Amino acid sequence: MKWTWLHRLASPPYVYALAARLTPWFAWPAALLIAAGLWGGLVLAPADYQQGDGFRIIYVHAPSGWLSLMVYTIMGVAAAVGLIWRIKVAHAVAASCAPIGASFTFAALVTGALWGEPMWGTYWEWDPRLTSELILLFLYLGYMGLRAGIDDTQRADRASALLAVVGVVNVPIIHYSVTWWNSLHQAPSVMRLGRPTMPPTMLLPLLLMLLGFTLYFVALLLMRLRSEVLARERSASWIREAVSA
Amino acid sequence: MSTPGAPAAALTRAAAADDGAGSTPAAGALDAVRLALLRDLKLAFRKRGQLVQPLAFFALVTMLFPLAVSPELSRLREIAPGVIWVAALLASLLALEFLFRDDAYDGTLEQYALSGQSLTWLVFAKTAAHWLLTGLPLALMAPLAALSLGAPSASLPGIVGSVAVGSVALSLIGSIGAALTLGMKRSGALLSLLTLPLSLPVLIFGARATQLAISGGPLLAPLELLGALAVLGVTLAPLAAAAAVRVSLE
Amino acid sequence: MREFFDMGGYAAFVWPAYLVTLTVVVLNMVWARRALARSRAEARRRLDRRGEQP
Repeated sequence: MKWTWLHRLASPPYVYALAARLTPWFAWPAALLIAAGLWGGLVLAPADYQQGDGFRIIYVHAPSGWLSLMVYTIMGVAAAVGLIWRIKVAHAVAASCAPIGASFTFAALVTGALWGEPMWGTYWEWDPRLTSELILLFLYLGYMGLRAGIDDTQRADRASALLAVVGVVNVPIIHYSVTWWNSLHQAPSVMRLGRPTMPPTMLLPLLLMLLGFTLYFVALLLMRLRSEVLARERSASWIREAVSA
Repeated sequence: MSTPGAPAAALTRAAAADDGAGSTPAAGALDAVRLALLRDLKLAFRKRGQLVQPLAFFALVTMLFPLAVSPELSRLREIAPGVIWVAALLASLLALEFLFRDDAYDGTLEQYALSGQSLTWLVFAKTAAHWLLTGLPLALMAPLAALSLGAPSASLPGIVGSVAVGSVALSLIGSIGAALTLGMKRSGALLSLLTLPLSLPVLIFGARATQLAISGGPLLAPLELLGALAVLGVTLAPLAAAAAVRVSLE
Repeated sequence: MREFFDMGGYAAFVWPAYLVTLTVVVLNMVWARRALARSRAEARRRLDRRGEQP
């Protein structure tokens, strides 16, 4: 089994060129999927029998929430790889993830609050999901704050990688304790739609949005990865060619 | 200030003892832990004023709530678990800033890292000292705070127990943040930002245990969960903190 | 058409939610492109400076 392709992924010039080539392959399908998802979700899907048209917020809330958690996990895994095998590209991936994940966590919180007001009568609910999202936002902010507080890029990479790994290990523990805490004090108020399973006309746009957002994240990651890789490279040879293009 | 050379010399001697015939490597590490722990305790007692500050802060914060909310004990009793735990968390954060600071400034930490002893064990020793100097006193003060907030005296042992176990976990989790923000000036806010989210499970279970203690319910379940967190912390936190110390010392 | 914008009475919540998400989506793209442009300019500057030294 040839692992050379894996080794090449650790090479900054290779990754830089690959990222540039791959970006449109993720960006355009993402745009299509999101457009299709929006059409399906806003126009084609029927109104929910309990929440009326208000449930349509799920088509932006769920992908944001999904992204916030997925990106954090990827950040943690990339950080671990960077720490264990000392691969700069992995650290660059982690650094690229943070602002993307944090902004979508913010979007998840805001859309969650906007969903909550008409449904529960309050903009904020300390339910497990929203509370966990809020904590996740602080985890992102802590990561970005630590990075910002250390000037030397290599040290910042290693320190924030440690933090990311500790964070990822803690997320299940935090989520469990928040769910436990919430179940003590009130009946679980999950944002469930009127029935246990969604009909295909409702579910399909949701899946399209989830997939579209995921592909969009990859496109964003590839773009940011290029700037992060550039910032970590000193050797002139491949950079000269790459940036004068 | 202690002479920087002294602890390193002692540690290197302990490390060298490993090479002696018949002595086990574990003996060297345990000696190092004992030395580091005693050193931290001795140094702290020379600056007794600094020791008292987190405790005074705890008492002060606890006192804020009756003034801010209501003097009625029945109302205070309801919020007492939350107040005690938030105050304990904040006080422990204050003390965390000093966990590595002095040793980083006078070079002792670097010598620990270079001494040939496992930095993980040494960091564990420092964290243990931190708990003995902050967490344990907080656990002993918590019943006083609880009484002032209307808790029944039957609840006091449960309160001491939950804060004692929980503060172990808090010291361990906090040591990671303290190690990561080692070189930074005015790292207090960042240290809090890093440590508080990770401490939330401790807060949740600890407050629940304290609440059950006050209401007279069975607090074994949250107490066990607290214990589990503390055990998890003991196994993993010193590793992460030692790695963070190495990164910060670069 | 009017019904669509009205969102069954929930318009005040649904549309801001979509707007916020759209803003985050667009901003991410803008930031990523700006970051890349900045890094490339920075790299070019570093190369030029090094090129000046004999």
